[in-house]
Amino acid sequence: MYTAIVFFPLLGAIIAGLFGRVLGARLSEIVTTALLFASAAMSILTFVNVVEGSGGTVRLFEWIASGDLHVDWTLRVDSLTAVMLVVVTCVSSLVHLYSVGYMHEDPSRPRFFAYLSLFTFAMLMLVTADNFLQMFFGWEGVGLASYLLIGFWYHKPSANAAAMKAFIVNRVGDFGFALGVFAVFYVFGTLDFTAVFTAAPDMVGKNFVFAGQQVDILTTICILLFIGAMGKSAQLGLHTWLPDAMEGPTPVSALIHAATMVTAGVFLVCRCSPLFEHAPIALDMVAIVGATTAFFAASVGLFQNDIKRVIAYSTCSQLGYMFFAAGVGAYNAAMFHLFTHAFFKALLFLGAGSVIHAMHHEQDMRHMGGLAKHIPATWSMMLIGTIAITGLGIPFEMFGLPGLGFAGFYSKDFIIESAFAAGTGPGTYAFIIGIVAACMTSFYSWRLMFMTFHGRFKGDHHHLEHVHESPLPMMIPLVVLSLGALFAGAAFFALFVGEGAHEFWRGALALHEEAHHEIPLWVLLAPLVATLLGLYIAYYYYIRHPELPPRMAAKRGMLYLFLYNKWYFDELYDFLFVQPAKCIGRILWKTGDGKIIDGLGPDGISARVLDATRGAVRLQSGYVYHYAFAMLMGAAALITWFLFNGPR
Amino acid sequence: MGWPILSLLTFLPALGALAILAMPKASAEQMARPIAMIVTLLDLVLALVMWANFDTASSAFQFLEQTSWLGGGINYKMGVDGISMLFVVLTTLLMPMCILASWDSVEKRIVEYIIAFLVLETLMIGVFCALDLFVFYVFFEAGLIPMFLIIGVWGGARRVYATFKFFLYTLLGSVLMLLAMMAIYIQTGTTDIVTLLSGANPIPAHMQYWLWLAFFASFAVKVPMWPVHTWLPDAHVEAPTAGSVILAGILLKMGGYGFLRFSLPMFPLASEYFAPLVFSLSLIAIVYTSLVALAQEDIKKLIAYSSVAHMGLVTLGTFTFNHQGIEGGIFQMLSHGIVSGALFFCVGVVYDRMHTREIAAYGGLVNRMPIYAVCFMVFTLANVGLPGTSGFVGEFLTLLGAYEANTWLAIFGTTGIILSAAYALWLYRRVIFGVLDKKNLQDIMDMSPREIAIIAPLVILTIAMGVYPKPIFDVTGPSVAHLVEQFNTRLEAAKLEAPRLAEVAP
Repeated sequence: MYTAIVFFPLLGAIIAGLFGRVLGARLSEIVTTALLFASAAMSILTFVNVVEGSGGTVRLFEWIASGDLHVDWTLRVDSLTAVMLVVVTCVSSLVHLYSVGYMHEDPSRPRFFAYLSLFTFAMLMLVTADNFLQMFFGWEGVGLASYLLIGFWYHKPSANAAAMKAFIVNRVGDFGFALGVFAVFYVFGTLDFTAVFTAAPDMVGKNFVFAGQQVDILTTICILLFIGAMGKSAQLGLHTWLPDAMEGPTPVSALIHAATMVTAGVFLVCRCSPLFEHAPIALDMVAIVGATTAFFAASVGLFQNDIKRVIAYSTCSQLGYMFFAAGVGAYNAAMFHLFTHAFFKALLFLGAGSVIHAMHHEQDMRHMGGLAKHIPATWSMMLIGTIAITGLGIPFEMFGLPGLGFAGFYSKDFIIESAFAAGTGPGTYAFIIGIVAACMTSFYSWRLMFMTFHGRFKGDHHHLEHVHESPLPMMIPLVVLSLGALFAGAAFFALFVGEGAHEFWRGALALHEEAHHEIPLWVLLAPLVATLLGLYIAYYYYIRHPELPPRMAAKRGMLYLFLYNKWYFDELYDFLFVQPAKCIGRILWKTGDGKIIDGLGPDGISARVLDATRGAVRLQSGYVYHYAFAMLMGAAALITWFLFNGPR
Repeated sequence: MGWPILSLLTFLPALGALAILAMPKASAEQMARPIAMIVTLLDLVLALVMWANFDTASSAFQFLEQTSWLGGGINYKMGVDGISMLFVVLTTLLMPMCILASWDSVEKRIVEYIIAFLVLETLMIGVFCALDLFVFYVFFEAGLIPMFLIIGVWGGARRVYATFKFFLYTLLGSVLMLLAMMAIYIQTGTTDIVTLLSGANPIPAHMQYWLWLAFFASFAVKVPMWPVHTWLPDAHVEAPTAGSVILAGILLKMGGYGFLRFSLPMFPLASEYFAPLVFSLSLIAIVYTSLVALAQEDIKKLIAYSSVAHMGLVTLGTFTFNHQGIEGGIFQMLSHGIVSGALFFCVGVVYDRMHTREIAAYGGLVNRMPIYAVCFMVFTLANVGLPGTSGFVGEFLTLLGAYEANTWLAIFGTTGIILSAAYALWLYRRVIFGVLDKKNLQDIMDMSPREIAIIAPLVILTIAMGVYPKPIFDVTGPSVAHLVEQFNTRLEAAKLEAPRLAEVAP
């Protein structure tokens, strides 16, 4: 069954990709979507089985065997994988279904569905990997699929640019990942997860030479792997590709940039938690980078006007939450947030897609407003998503009772509490940032809701007449996901982070013993207060005084410009890396190759030869014979030599 | 095997060339291509028979043939082991495709063209089968003559300049190699490669350094290593499509093969001594030529520079002297032979239609040529080293080997994965993606069945080698293990023998 879960999507991709023209768009859609739903059904079954205690590995065949390196294609299913299987296949199958409605006008749907299924296959290979190399296969595979999907509308230059940027920035992360894999093999002599994790405690405190320095083995390996995770999960510094990736069709954004691919980095850190556990410095780095990203992305999200970009930055920020959870050792909290986030973020993206669909591909929120009464179903779904992401809920824990709220409430508050409970420097930093970012999250999420659905319609009134609710294939996924956003938190709390956690994870990731029962009251209340504050500010500016924000934007204050221009990361990178690389390439080519090497070498020599033999030799036929002559002379000399001096 | 399969493999194409030569001119023009096609396909079948009969458990030379010649001083001796065997298969694989690719695109002197290719095939296979220094030398050097002719006669506008440059570089190397071979004979009294490899009469330390350098001069030009690489972009740009394919697919591999066959086992002391030099040149090649590739405006030049970068990985892996590095280097050569060959075929497809190689002249081809776009994408990804394609396996193993040797090597070498993604995807974007707005591209046709017949097998091989490379590792594994072991024992023996000499050497 494990094999079927992983390879059904590949089968779909091959069928739609190779025979899509023969089958036609409709049949390609049906085949890929049906295979995905089959895969999702089996994944849920697998999840239930794993909760009950089964799992295991399936060895397919040998991949690479060179010297003492042996790598197999193997599928590994444990609790961690089972969670990811459910997330990936459920969201992916819903996105397939949604795309049937969303893409119905596109002429190359078979290609689109082939890409979607290919992506799902790569993602499943990633999460079922049993060794670092297979994980790298899935890792790069999702990179490829996202490159193809972001650049799906290849006639748009901006889409092509965004696709390339996504791939190359991810490659920068892969640079770290690859070095990490080399180091793992160098130290442990194997790339299999089980063997590496079993041997990890023996390496604690040992040093090796890396880049000429004596450094701690596990810290170095973990930091290198984390660089890979930063690329894929769009963490600060390597995040620049994610907002641009919104050039792809909206279902793609929901699938890749919300629910699945970007969480691969979090998955990597959790999968390698037995290594990270022994590398406190690396963990601190994870916590600090995660927290800083949570703050940075939320701050940029405050003033974006493109509905998808707001959600993209929100994703980036939520990933930061997951990372700092992992960084303070609460891997199960990170996985829990990953799980709930997949539902509500996919819901928000697909809801946004429904809005964009209704507005005939208008994405600028400044041209929207008052849509709630035109598309009430979409509005209510988005409302659920927004409440879920802002983590609104009532912390009944203060009375010793379970809390009550939507999905995000359980996971996000748990992360913030874990950060507080960690009690370390980075933990406290993450805790404070977590509260601040929660306020900003609330602001930008409600701002999105208010600008889009409330107030006065600010766009072209011609558009308004055509605003319509989306067709059924688009609404079903929204409903299913909103159910997830409503209940996933409450339903799985015990399993992921509550009493049942030890039994559920069974060593698939490192669990900490410390309980959370000594959390002071103000810590429980702080996120709620921050969230309400954000809500109030958004309400004040966008409902009570909607004339204020445009006026503030027109003033173009320093802070506004700084945030609006995303802290100028793109400009900085262009200045630091892109332009110099092109420039250096040109200099090396024209001066290095052209002037120096050729000038001193062949051109110089040939110029001298020409001087010497000017007019005497017709070069274009001469040199071949020269060469043949020289070679024959050499051969003749050798033969002569042997005839006279060889053994007789 | 009772019959001389290697000699047959080697000389079958030459026989075909003779047959064409013997025909009257009129019928030769008619028959040259079909005959060449049959001969090269037969050769491929023979090569596959050889693979099927190859004993993958053994690291020794197989299918040995030996005939005494010139009073016993020089033997005509042939044989293959796990290192050389697959290069023979690669050569016979690419050759029918080259003939097919030249079916319509070559207009002048088709008979001579076909003959040049057939002779070239004989000489290339000979290089990989030869087990005598002298025989090797003859094949190695003579193989360049048909190549000069192919570029010089059927090449583009600046073919004379390109050929001349090619000639100057290779002449320098070959003269030195010839001298080194004579010196080996004087020292050891034999030209038999098997005897020389067996270590029965090792080369003394003080000679190793000079001999290594002399061989290096020849092989480095072939690979080509930085800074003697500048002949390659020019040669590629001017060569006809099939010439580029052979140049990138086979001729470059002779340098890498030479290092493995001669430098490492015969001069272990010198190899170790000069390894840092090779590493530096390889790393410069990877970074420098990748950056240069970014700036290219000519499709073929861009691929040529990327070849230099990829071959840099080969030399890097070879001189790590560990199993993964060396085996990765071999795999990288095989993979690069297929992928770069395929990329040049792809360039040939559009060149035949538009007669320009300028990147700016294209754009939006996917709109009219979807099949072409898919094939080009597969090879671009293999060039980038995406896991699941053949490019990844070699790249990963060489870098893994490099890490074991020295972490700096892996750090700089791995930057190649970022840069290669940048130049390869940028090329793809400019040529394939975008809107098809150039007037003369409006009626461009997708690949013809003939072109699909050339490229489809390469697509399949690229993916198959990436997912299931086992058949190849089965062949190379024992020989590489033997080479590594032999290298290490000889290195130790040589160090014990001449500790002082090693210090005063250059």
